[in-house]
Amino acid sequence: MVPALDLVLSNPAVWRGDQYAKVAVESIPTGFAELDAQLPGGGWPRAALTELLTSRRSIGELRLLVPALARLSMDDKWLVLVAPPHRPFAPGFESLGVNLSRLVVVETRSDGESLWAAERCLRSGSCAAVLAWSGPRTPLRRLQLAAEEGKSLGVVFGSTRSAAHPSPAPLRIQVSTARGRLELQIIKRRGGGWAPPLSLDIGCPALPVHPELDPKAAGTSRVCSARPLPYRRVPHGLA
Amino acid sequence: MLWACLHFPDFSLQLALRASPTAQPTIVTTGGNQPEVLSCNPQARRHGITPGMTVSAAIALAPELVERPRDPALETKTLEGAAAWAGQFTSTVSLAQSDALLLEIEGSLRLFGGLRPLMLQLGRDLADLGYTAAIAVAPTPAAARLLARAGMNATIVDTTALETALAGLPLCLLEQPEDVIRTLGLMGVHTLGECLALPRDGLARRFGQALLDELDRALGRLPDPRAPWIAPSRYKAQLALPAPVQETEPLLFAANRLIQELAGYLRTRQVGVTRLKLALRYEDHRPTIVMLGFSVPCRDPRRILTLLRERLANVILPERVEAIVLESAETRPLGSRNLSLFPEDRLPEEERWLIIEHLRARLGPESVYSIVSHPDHRPELAWRCCEPGASTASAVHARRPLWLMEPPQRLRSESGLPMLGTKLTLLAGPERIESGWWDGDDVQRDYFVACDAAGVSFWVFRERRADKAWFLQGVFA
Repeated sequence: MVPALDLVLSNPAVWRGDQYAKVAVESIPTGFAELDAQLPGGGWPRAALTELLTSRRSIGELRLLVPALARLSMDDKWLVLVAPPHRPFAPGFESLGVNLSRLVVVETRSDGESLWAAERCLRSGSCAAVLAWSGPRTPLRRLQLAAEEGKSLGVVFGSTRSAAHPSPAPLRIQVSTARGRLELQIIKRRGGGWAPPLSLDIGCPALPVHPELDPKAAGTSRVCSARPLPYRRVPHGLA
Repeated sequence: MLWACLHFPDFSLQLALRASPTAQPTIVTTGGNQPEVLSCNPQARRHGITPGMTVSAAIALAPELVERPRDPALETKTLEGAAAWAGQFTSTVSLAQSDALLLEIEGSLRLFGGLRPLMLQLGRDLADLGYTAAIAVAPTPAAARLLARAGMNATIVDTTALETALAGLPLCLLEQPEDVIRTLGLMGVHTLGECLALPRDGLARRFGQALLDELDRALGRLPDPRAPWIAPSRYKAQLALPAPVQETEPLLFAANRLIQELAGYLRTRQVGVTRLKLALRYEDHRPTIVMLGFSVPCRDPRRILTLLRERLANVILPERVEAIVLESAETRPLGSRNLSLFPEDRLPEEERWLIIEHLRARLGPESVYSIVSHPDHRPELAWRCCEPGASTASAVHARRPLWLMEPPQRLRSESGLPMLGTKLTLLAGPERIESGWWDGDDVQRDYFVACDAAGVSFWVFRERRADKAWFLQGVFA
């Protein structure tokens, strides 16, 4: 960087577009360093509502929350899933370090009941996190107030379609996938400022597909196994 | 010894009135062919109704009159309910006739911080139950009973002051045959004091030893043992509503009366309730049973009431409720909690369960649950529902998805690869799961982690038998 420009930029009176005001909010680290760096408070804000917006359900947005959930589950408060879209799979949560004895699933019969349950849980003060899957007209304002009152991490999974509409949630992130990574765009955060898009690796399974059983590689398996292996170097004189 | 007597004047009338916050003109009748008015409340009195009147005359005066035939069996039961409640104040409760309780309170004074605070609390809690009572304290049970029956809220601690305190009471308060009292009245003896002034031997000769004995017991000259009443192992009380109702609020008001009583009973026995049964009785229908479950034993009346309110919001009543019956279906010992010296930020165990009970009361107990891993290789059987908080950690698993499809969703396949919108790419696998041949739920599958064009990962499997079809088992989300 040009020294003269550096001098100008270090002046406290100069504000750059990608900066956000550091706000003291109680937060839970997300488990992703790149994301923490972009969030005021360095993590998911406690006592507030967070909106995760996706174009379709279950593209990896839940995986984004799991490290925080695992951390919160070590405490004695509940983690509540209100009307999840699918059956939560116990071994899946457990393999990611979530203490299942704190996880509570709430099934509801209508959107009204889901909203009631989410609001009650957020407000109760005995739930560390409440995850809810919102419909198009969920009154987020009520949930935000309840989260503030109960000091609970409220997460609402919504649709990208509502990204353009204003929302009372202090943190809104749009989530999409590309090449096996999660692409995040922070639409709104406390402290303001434009946030650069993030690309997170949420831990794709790296186990190789066995060539003999891979339908793709059927017939080419012989070629695969015939390839010399790199670490099998035989020293001179012993062959 | 120090005895407190709780005398409920017009007990049968109080029973009819305590279930409702607003008082309509109400009378209690004798029953039989020509029923008469036994007692009436001030609202009925305002219409000109007096005890002794025939019921038909009373109805002519006030057509909207609520009439209740007297039910001595129900009165005894209700008094026993009040005795169960009163056990929290003393170790010795005894029933005195059909409308009074005797509490030995000397041993409880220290716990409650003296006589005055104890009396205040008794009065306050009685109001919560919906009773009005005269509370008299005296060194002997018979004297306390006489003072309370006279409607005096007297407190006499000293035996020597007893004689002067009783002197002014009318003789009709004694439990003597009516002709004895009448004869004494004809002799010009109307009060206890006048009776005590008569020579003892003459009195005994004319009226028998029983009169003298009763006076002596009241004054503490003769021992007066009272049979203690033992609270039953299960609380059950019935409350008839003065007018049938179908709305929740009046029901809750009536239920609150019983819940307050239950709370006293639970304190008496040092237990908390874990399951509570409320039956709503109708005239024609079978009763509606409302069960309340508590994860942690509970004896906080407010907590029970909040939960009941939540629960009743979902109950459809087929017709108007005539009476409610509250029963403690299951109780467990509940110790008192020690307060810590330093403020703790840990949540008290009870509060943690409050939200679970709340959700269950509204949504039904099976709608709120935890999940736990089950040692089985078949994904459909690798998890179980369990009570919230009851999960135990199990061995570390291989990589598994967060969402499970139930049942697995069949996928189309194209050139040997599964399709989900677009063609899926297999990222990892196969993991062969062959299990369950012994229980008839045999699976033979090859599991793969696959991802679609957008990069969303799925857990898919291919049947190893039959048509080798592809299925979607889970989403890594």
